[in-house]
Amino acid sequence: MEIFITLFITGVGLGALYFLVAAGLSLIYGLMDVLNFAHGAFLTAGAYATWYFTTYVRADGSLTSYAISLLIAGLVGALFAVATEQILIKYLYNRHIDQALVTVGLGFVAASAYLGWFGTDPLVVLPPVDLYNVVQIGDAFVGLDRFLYIGVAAIVLLANFLMLRYTRIGLIIRAGVENRNMVTALGIDVRKAFTFVFFIGGFAAGLGGALATTYASGVGPTLGDSFLIYAFITVVIGGMGSVPGTAIAAVLVGTTQVLVNYYVQGLGDFVVVLLLALVLLVRPQGLLGKVVR
Amino acid sequence: MNLEVTQEKALELSDVHVTIRGSHILQGVNFGIEPGVVTGLLGRNGVGKSTTLRSIVGLVPRVGSIKLFGKEISNLKAHEVIRSGVSFVPEDREIFSTLTVLENLKLAERDKQPNYDIVYNLFPELLKRKNQRAGTLSGGQQQMVAIARALLNNSNLLLVDEPTKGLAPRLVTEVADALEVAAKSATILLVEQNLPLVKRIAKNIIVMDQGVVVHSGSPMDLENADFAQRMLGVSGGSH
Repeated sequence: MEIFITLFITGVGLGALYFLVAAGLSLIYGLMDVLNFAHGAFLTAGAYATWYFTTYVRADGSLTSYAISLLIAGLVGALFAVATEQILIKYLYNRHIDQALVTVGLGFVAASAYLGWFGTDPLVVLPPVDLYNVVQIGDAFVGLDRFLYIGVAAIVLLANFLMLRYTRIGLIIRAGVENRNMVTALGIDVRKAFTFVFFIGGFAAGLGGALATTYASGVGPTLGDSFLIYAFITVVIGGMGSVPGTAIAAVLVGTTQVLVNYYVQGLGDFVVVLLLALVLLVRPQGLLGKVVR
Repeated sequence: MNLEVTQEKALELSDVHVTIRGSHILQGVNFGIEPGVVTGLLGRNGVGKSTTLRSIVGLVPRVGSIKLFGKEISNLKAHEVIRSGVSFVPEDREIFSTLTVLENLKLAERDKQPNYDIVYNLFPELLKRKNQRAGTLSGGQQQMVAIARALLNNSNLLLVDEPTKGLAPRLVTEVADALEVAAKSATILLVEQNLPLVKRIAKNIIVMDQGVVVHSGSPMDLENADFAQRMLGVSGGSH
């Protein structure tokens, strides 16, 4: 039982990282119909920002420095995302094939640039020693970092909920996910909402990148790509445009992957894909997605 | 010497063309509407009435000149057209079903002091149901939300697309009352198949066929059964 508890919480922690990447993807697709294959590059940028900050700017290994590095990673991811939207995507709205080609290309270019700047070997990011502590739950011992991932993802989920529920920009985003043209027909410049969604999506991805350096013990040029594929699966299972659906799906994907990988070695990824196929067959719009008419 | 004074049109379309996915829907639309009155835009199904309204708003790519009180708006984006004093009630309502009634209205706010009093006086039902999700409302109530969104702001021009489509007779009267109130302060271009309603509130009519305007005149023209049959494919006369 203690192994199950450890694995389950590790799975939820991994799901939390998937959520941080997938939440932005889901909102961006839901509002703008943009499948952003460069989203993983935002995560990697955040991860490298964390490495740089905790290695060269404040290498004291304190929790404060780590917390600041998370914030910086988020901002780096957000700026990268906004630049992508302003320089590339905004000229390609409603041109889905072009968007896919451009964002795939940007992902490749970013990975090559990271490789050129930082080399192929993963760069080690040392988190504060406190994060190496374990917490005892029953007979199980679980790494403290897992709870950090879950806590940060929970804060992002809550912040998303509050923003979407109680602010005007949130109202515009919710309406835009449902009917973008009608939002425009009410006199609202929906493109400002597009830029904002790229900002928050990039921020969450950058934050995810910072935390992923702890989970993966470092950062390499393709760190974001390895998370991106599961983030896409998470978005499809959760339902395009639904942040709560994404959260549920992220936990489902993370726990399935970790538990199956332990009990039936090496089959975790396969079962996740089976899960995706099952959801697509039974509920094509995803767990909390709206039926497209 | 002709001393006739030409009044500035509230809205003037000159040679407006719209092509969507290879289909040439508007093929050079020309008309002007008088300010301060209701003008009915009529025609059979599929002749381009709704597309005309959407082209005025800028929701479809259009070519040609569209002037709002003398100012060219065909170069503006849709949200800029609306912000220049136009309100649009689309066909099929297009309310946001996942938002509450109040959220639908709040989203439509443009003025610093939106006319909630007018809206709730016309449609008290909306006040009662302000926290209800709009998707759970009846068709008539959803139409009230769609019209209320347009009436919330002081507009120079109201574009209304088939507001009584699918409504029960009692609700048709309610919608007509609302449009009459709106007509006191705004020019209205009304696409409508309900000829009695057009006769009741419109001062002028424009008839379209196959993407062009084929007739401009008075609602009295609809009393002529032959005209109604020929232009609209319906029996006119004393509807």
